[in-house]
Amino acid sequence: MKVFVTAALNIDLTHEVWECSNCNHNLGPARGNYKTGLLVQERLPQDIHAPILDQEKYDFTFAPDADWCRILEYCCPNCGHLAEVEYLPPGHPPAFDIELDIDALKAQWAEREPLTAAVLGPDVTPLTHTH
Amino acid sequence: MGNDMDISNASPSAAAKFLSETNLYLAPDPEIMNNHGLERRTAYEDQCIAKENDPVRLEIVRERLLAGVNESYDMLENMGAAPGAKWGDCVSAVYTASGDLSLASSGGVVIFCNLVQYPIKFINKYWTGDTSVGVKQGDVFIVNDARYGQAHNTDQSMMMPVFHDGALVAWAGATVHEGENGAIEPGGMPSLAEQIWDEGLKMSPFKVAENYQLRRDLVTFLQNSVREPKLQYSDMKVKMYVCRRIETRIHEAIAEYGVEAVVASLRMNLEDTDAEVRRRLQEWPDGTVRHAWWTDGTLRENVQIKINLEMTKKGDELILDYRGSSPEFTNRSNNSLDVTVKGMLAQLFLTFLWPDIPRNQGVLAPMTFIFDNPSVLKPGFGTPSAQSMMTVFTAWSAAQVAVMKFIYSNPHKYTRVVAPWFNMINTFLFGGLTQHGEMVGNVCADINGMGGGALADRDGQHGCAPIFATMSDLGEQEFIEEEVPFIQIVSKKMMTDNQGFGAHRGGMGYQMILAMRDSPAFGFMLTAMGAKFPNVPGLFGGYGCPTYPLARIQNIDVFDILKTNPGSFRYSIEELMNERPFADAVYSTHPMFLGYTLAQRGELYMIAQGTGGGFGDPLDRKPEDVMRDMDEKLISHDVAWRIYRVVYDKTTLRVDSEATKAARDEARRERIARSKPYKDFVADWVKSKPSAKVPYYGSWDDRTMVHAGSPDKLHPAAQVNPPVVMANPLQVKIDKLQAELAALHGAKGRA
Ligand SMILES: [Zn+2]
Repeated sequence: MKVFVTAALNIDLTHEVWECSNCNHNLGPARGNYKTGLLVQERLPQDIHAPILDQEKYDFTFAPDADWCRILEYCCPNCGHLAEVEYLPPGHPPAFDIELDIDALKAQWAEREPLTAAVLGPDVTPLTHTH
Repeated sequence: MGNDMDISNASPSAAAKFLSETNLYLAPDPEIMNNHGLERRTAYEDQCIAKENDPVRLEIVRERLLAGVNESYDMLENMGAAPGAKWGDCVSAVYTASGDLSLASSGGVVIFCNLVQYPIKFINKYWTGDTSVGVKQGDVFIVNDARYGQAHNTDQSMMMPVFHDGALVAWAGATVHEGENGAIEPGGMPSLAEQIWDEGLKMSPFKVAENYQLRRDLVTFLQNSVREPKLQYSDMKVKMYVCRRIETRIHEAIAEYGVEAVVASLRMNLEDTDAEVRRRLQEWPDGTVRHAWWTDGTLRENVQIKINLEMTKKGDELILDYRGSSPEFTNRSNNSLDVTVKGMLAQLFLTFLWPDIPRNQGVLAPMTFIFDNPSVLKPGFGTPSAQSMMTVFTAWSAAQVAVMKFIYSNPHKYTRVVAPWFNMINTFLFGGLTQHGEMVGNVCADINGMGGGALADRDGQHGCAPIFATMSDLGEQEFIEEEVPFIQIVSKKMMTDNQGFGAHRGGMGYQMILAMRDSPAFGFMLTAMGAKFPNVPGLFGGYGCPTYPLARIQNIDVFDILKTNPGSFRYSIEELMNERPFADAVYSTHPMFLGYTLAQRGELYMIAQGTGGGFGDPLDRKPEDVMRDMDEKLISHDVAWRIYRVVYDKTTLRVDSEATKAARDEARRERIARSKPYKDFVADWVKSKPSAKVPYYGSWDDRTMVHAGSPDKLHPAAQVNPPVVMANPLQVKIDKLQAELAALHGAKGRA
């Protein structure tokens, strides 16, 4: 039984592990932090959000200030798929962002039909408007 | 002899009466302000529900009342004189007799009416029984002081009691973001406010109309207290008649269905919403999601301000714990009242998550909020909060991310998961004399042009809607220019590379290049964060927005240039600033906050609206979607390769699929090669405290301890002593220059 927790990460309830939703690579205990099973690299913010204004000429360029902001990229060690991007001040501890009660999750899904993919949800579109 | 001071034998009611009659000052009542839940059912509500409890019949009554509220909202939007009213920054609603928000209009800003419950409860508690005030049919009350329950002081609400056979059965309310309120700066959102008295009008709930007639003596006083006397009067009339329309529709519903059905419907609407929200929360996984974000200034200086959220869901309850967020800034206006945070979050649940649920305050009843008291999200009574959006929007976005992480796995959804919406006020505030000789002070409708977040299956929408009003409008620029003396020479033009990258990209923000003309005295101000640290992240591997500056070109008259040498003009911020086409012009960039500044004719002020966050790994973005963005000039060749790794023919934009796949595979291999296991990375990267380079406010690794501006100023949360008092930025500049001067004099040997 799989729970599609994010677009990049599943929990395999049977084995109680996190796994990459792209390649099913085991990322460690579901009761722990999925980040421990991923690889991380630090990016300077301007390497993602490149300056739009000339940085030789201006202080503010549309690129974040690297003294204030760094970007951590977490990817699957097996397939390199990007699972999470975290913006932090330099040196700030990353968040243990998703900590689920696995026993409660098991009880909840015992009552549910297994899924093969995350459910998208209803498409909320405005009614057509005519005169 | 007895003890005169011993009142233990006095009757409790006598003591209460004595205390109520000798109260010197009726401040906001903590009993009211600290309770966002539902009032207890009254005995009369019990009676009504005993008689009328058929859900189908109550639903018919509800729909009937809602139609009346929506009609009143159309009146408000069409007749309201404030720019905010015209573009949807307003709302109307019905409240129970006890003051709970039961039915908000389908359009408009939920946070506004969610907060009107508090002043109504204040009126019920203090003015009803007060013989000098009283609450009668035909009375109308007004409020704008956020501490008694408003989103911020720039909004004004009016409230009308609705009676049936002499008994109070409901309240009607209307709120408009009026803008101007006589603060230290025009437009109602003063960044310069250092004390609450700099924030302009402070209307605690008071009566402004009797027998459906505004009291002209009070109206005149209020007109003299603001820069837009005509607006003050006209919108008070509009809001009163909006309330009166609601009153009429309630009376008609009572005539048709009976008063018990109307009262039962208003009450059950709340209880049913509470029950349905609890049922939906049961569907979420139990657990905790943590998300912190940082905003980068106070609107007077750039400092790093943490908003810390730990969201815990268990069973049918949700706890939003914001402890560890920044201390309050005692002489800055960027603090947000806790009621504002809660009201804003109602908007998240009612419009972004469960838009099918009736819009009322029952949605928050199953939720608990925890704040450090005091802190930037629960400031003290004397602390300014006129620019609460600077922190409340960040608090909202933190909750948006946390909620999405809770609901992605749910088999049953009510909307689709969406990446963070752009959340900042990237717009101009203005004030001065118009071409018609009128004094105005207000905000441009571009406030509503925030980019939407990306979804799991599609890109976000450009310039879509603000987080606080999903059904608002941007207005017609040409109409706006008939009323105000400035022109957007570039308006609603998307900005290349201003994108939240992802497998699906965020909806993008457009650029605005404007210049003043035809006024002897007119100026602008800007009140946005996010020039150093981005305002929103992406989701599940997507990236957030970039940062946004204010760009200025001074010492030119663009109207002369357009007349004499139009070919020299450039129609984007990027080209104007990088190519510098005008000789003798002065080009500069700034954070997107600017105190009110008089504009010179023809000088350029330039900003961009923000982009929503991206969803998923950008290397998963379909190459044809990348090429469509290229074709629409939404991205550059640089982004198409550096972020999306698409190989294509630069003239025809024809994708080389195989080469793209190979390039992306290679990029993933490079990613793996450059990355480290989490434990090794953290051991190396994490520091024990913030860097001394940036003034830091809020917790670091331990949320019970908060920094107050430097790595070594560390205090227990909510016990920051001395409190945070910021220096005047001008004084900081003067001190620096004087020090330099002294050093120069010293070098020359002078004392
Ligand atoms: Zn993988």
